Amino acid sequence: MIGNKQIITIKGTREGLSLHMDDACSFEDLLKELEEKLDANRIDSADHLVGVHIQLGNRYLYKEQEDILCKMITSKQRLRIESIHSDVITKQAANEWKEEAEVKAVSRVVRSGQVLEVKGDLLLLGDVNPGGCVTATGNIFVMGNLLGIAHAGKDGNADAVIAASYMNPTQLRIADYISRAPDHETDGVYMECGHIDDEQEKIIIDRLQAVIRKRPGISSFERRMLNG
Amino acid sequence: MGEAIVITSGKGGVGKTTTSANLGTALALMEKKVCLIDTDIGLRNLDVVMGLENRIIYDIIDVIVGRCALKQALIKDKRFDHLYLLPAAQTSDKTDLTPDGMEKIVAELKPEFDYIIIDCPAGIEQGYKNAVAGADKAIVVTTPEKPSVRDADRIIGLLEQEDIEPPKLIVNRIRNHMVQEGDMLEVDEIVQVLSIDLLGIVADDDEVIKASNHGEPVAFHPNTKASIAYRNIARRILGESVPLMSFESDKGMFSRLKKLFSKSK
Repeated sequence: MIGNKQIITIKGTREGLSLHMDDACSFEDLLKELEEKLDANRIDSADHLVGVHIQLGNRYLYKEQEDILCKMITSKQRLRIESIHSDVITKQAANEWKEEAEVKAVSRVVRSGQVLEVKGDLLLLGDVNPGGCVTATGNIFVMGNLLGIAHAGKDGNADAVIAASYMNPTQLRIADYISRAPDHETDGVYMECGHIDDEQEKIIIDRLQAVIRKRPGISSFERRMLNG
Repeated sequence: MGEAIVITSGKGGVGKTTTSANLGTALALMEKKVCLIDTDIGLRNLDVVMGLENRIIYDIIDVIVGRCALKQALIKDKRFDHLYLLPAAQTSDKTDLTPDGMEKIVAELKPEFDYIIIDCPAGIEQGYKNAVAGADKAIVVTTPEKPSVRDADRIIGLLEQEDIEPPKLIVNRIRNHMVQEGDMLEVDEIVQVLSIDLLGIVADDDEVIKASNHGEPVAFHPNTKASIAYRNIARRILGESVPLMSFESDKGMFSRLKKLFSKSK
């Protein structure tokens, strides 16, 4: 251990305990001191769990290390991990994050039998023909005719929307909701946007202006940060 | 150096073989040296439409496996000296035909002919891949029906991945009275969805069926609408700009009045 400096500082906050862990020592030293700290400070009240927020600073934990740490904290005391915060992420995670936050512009016709998949938002300059399919983990904007299938928020983002210059789709899918075209022939709509209506719990199509009011954060970067 | 054009559609029964036979005939009428290739192994019928069935001795598989030379398998048309047919095999193993083999045959024919028209089988499997392998250009045939347009769209998507020019479209078997009553897709609508250049439109004509049964492509006689349509398409292939045929039938004043009233309803 480095002199007298404490590796782990425990602070009590309104949200529970906050564990600040030094990010310069080795993981083994960290575990050792954590074990000592946990053994030394017994929480007697056995009736309720205390929430713990872990602050790792500039330390990156592998999944296995994280499991070891969590296991030690929860097994020694009546504590519950509320959050683990680290100031660093891997390049891979950062790239994925960036991808999720990007708007991908694609210009082509998605024809019958073709599937266009993107991470993040999709801006398609072209048509989606009947039998064609476009998917995105974020929103889908089609500058053209949407006549096939569009699946927005593919990984479960129910706030995602699908907008098109002309919309007469076979199916609209958002997160795990699906709506299909009626069985009779319809004319389609111009400049409208499909989204999940929270009250009716289904996909509805509305004018763009109305959807902008319901999804005010649709274009802001903060939304992307949160979703990322 | 000739040009190889594949006639394809995805869906069966839309008129690939009829189109191949008639475009071949129409191009031959314009003094072009043309070779038709039937690649529908096991279901050959381009020879029947052309009325050349009784002349077949060798076929395309025989050429590929080396049982004969390419020249021996070519059948000269009975009407033109510069129109030839390379027939498909009826009984041989169809796995013998490969994209490589096809490319070789087309490459061998190109110096001899102005146009090589390849009749593609229905579907998007091996037969399609073989037919497309040697082609420089593609013509997609569709009828004004949804399933047919859907398959045409699929095939255009596949053709875009090939190393050939963007395909051109022929809308075949248009029944004008049905289009007018809204029971059939309109040509404009089809072109908009498929977003490729329109090469021509052909009306549904009983004469085409008659001609197939007689083994004489309809384009050979100049007196039918379908014949003029195919000849126009051939002229467009040669680079002429020919306006699209009007389907307005010559029913006269009464029907026009009727149409006017039905619209204002």
